[in-house]
Amino acid sequence: MDSFRDKLVPVTSILAGVVVLWYVFAVILNTPFQRDLDTRANTTSGTVEFIGKTLSQPKPTLPAPHQVAVNFFENTFLRPINSNRSLVYNAWVTLSSTLLGFTFGTALGIVIAVGIVHVATLERSLMPWIIASQTIPILAVAPMIIVVLAAIGVTGLIPKAMISTYLSFFPVTVGMVKGLRSPELMHLDLMHTYNASRSQTFWKLRVPASVPFLFTSMKVAVAASLVGAIVGELPTGAVAGIGAKLLAGAYYSQSIDIWSALVAGSIVAALLVMVVGIAGRLVDRAMGGRPA
Amino acid sequence: MTGMSPAVVAASKLGLTFQTNDGPVQALSNVDLTIGKGEFVSFIGPSGCGKTTLLRVIADLEKPTSGTISVNGMTAEQAREKRAYGYVFQAAALFPWRTIERNVALPLEIMGLSRAEQAERIKRTLELVNLSGFEKKYPWQLSGGMQQRASIARALAFDADLLLMDEPFGALDEIVRDHLNEQLLQLWARTNKTICFVTHSIPEAVYLSTRIVVMSPRPGRVSDIIESTLPRERPLDIRETPEFLAIAARVRDGLRAGHSYDD
Repeated sequence: MDSFRDKLVPVTSILAGVVVLWYVFAVILNTPFQRDLDTRANTTSGTVEFIGKTLSQPKPTLPAPHQVAVNFFENTFLRPINSNRSLVYNAWVTLSSTLLGFTFGTALGIVIAVGIVHVATLERSLMPWIIASQTIPILAVAPMIIVVLAAIGVTGLIPKAMISTYLSFFPVTVGMVKGLRSPELMHLDLMHTYNASRSQTFWKLRVPASVPFLFTSMKVAVAASLVGAIVGELPTGAVAGIGAKLLAGAYYSQSIDIWSALVAGSIVAALLVMVVGIAGRLVDRAMGGRPA
Repeated sequence: MTGMSPAVVAASKLGLTFQTNDGPVQALSNVDLTIGKGEFVSFIGPSGCGKTTLLRVIADLEKPTSGTISVNGMTAEQAREKRAYGYVFQAAALFPWRTIERNVALPLEIMGLSRAEQAERIKRTLELVNLSGFEKKYPWQLSGGMQQRASIARALAFDADLLLMDEPFGALDEIVRDHLNEQLLQLWARTNKTICFVTHSIPEAVYLSTRIVVMSPRPGRVSDIIESTLPRERPLDIRETPEFLAIAARVRDGLRAGHSYDD
């Protein structure tokens, strides 16, 4: 946990800097509207009072950090978990499709990587398509996937998970191709001197050698999955989920709701990446990794 | 000596040319060599003389482009498929995710030996290289010399009669190297294996070998073969004897003759 302590000071200083900047911009951005309000109400207020007002608007252009914090706290801890205004509930909805899509994506990524490593023609035929697939803006593809799947009667969790899959298989494929090819020539020669079969070389050498690469790419993939799930909720008129909260907030100009949904999304992303990281470290330890 | 026992390795007019971007490189040219059972043959020469390439040809890790090679009376490929040799690389090349005993078990798993048989052989070979007690350690927990000993144990585990060693002690310091040289001789005496040993150290070659093959580069070829007159029993201080120094001088002459140091 030394690395944690080493990071604590720099990370909190950056956080403090961001919060200060955030307040400054909240005041600046909310000033024009507050001035309008004051003019209409025919009131004039002193500087301190005016700044106080810019930081406590109900629908501010940029909500102040404490407004977001209060909203986040209320919607996370003070609401029943099954309420559709609860951030826990909405985060869970998004998380479940994230995890499903991430599982599919990881499995698909590994399968494609194994194919590419073993069949030379697959690399030449498949790789350009895989790369091209990631250059298409997901916002353009997501509605089509949802609509097409809805047309054949697939709705709910699966379409959102598909978008997560679409985003998350790519880093896993790239990482695993690299990982499965990572054994040194000497190790491959060694297997050759034992007259090992392809499958023996695969299971006893390539797979264990690829494990660190798998976890590194899974960290990227799980974050991409979350983005996919949120994006998948935007065009569907989904009733619940972080994406639905963002969309509803935008409809009703509930800027504070939008921001606290964003915070919830970030926390979920951080937790997911952390869990994958911890899993990776546990596996590394179990495989005799040298403690750092 | 080689005439009496069947040849373990027989090379005739062996040549290997690599096609590189800078044109063809003749790594081996016209190599004739017969190695008998129980011999300890060292290959010595400057870098680029093809000593490692020759070892890799014996191991069927490279295919010759001319001439013939037989190992145990078979083609090199058949010999490899029959697991006729154990190969020790320049680095220990242990799998970092396996403990020492699981590393030694690797070839045994591939050969499909039973768990009990594996355990018995692991115990025996680790004893042979003085690594008993380190079964459950991971490679990074061992020193470089111990790692290399573990890799020798791995090469011995499946009881091949031929041991091919490619500068196995090249990366180790001299004290460890002396120690391992001594142990290797004892191991050779006890197991009666045939050993092909690549090195660039003259004292190491003379100390270990029954025969020293001196090689020279451009093209890689055998420039001299020196029979050792040293007894099989060799304490470390044999290296101070006039006999030892005379052989070393001959090796040095052979290296000088085969190689122009001006270029």
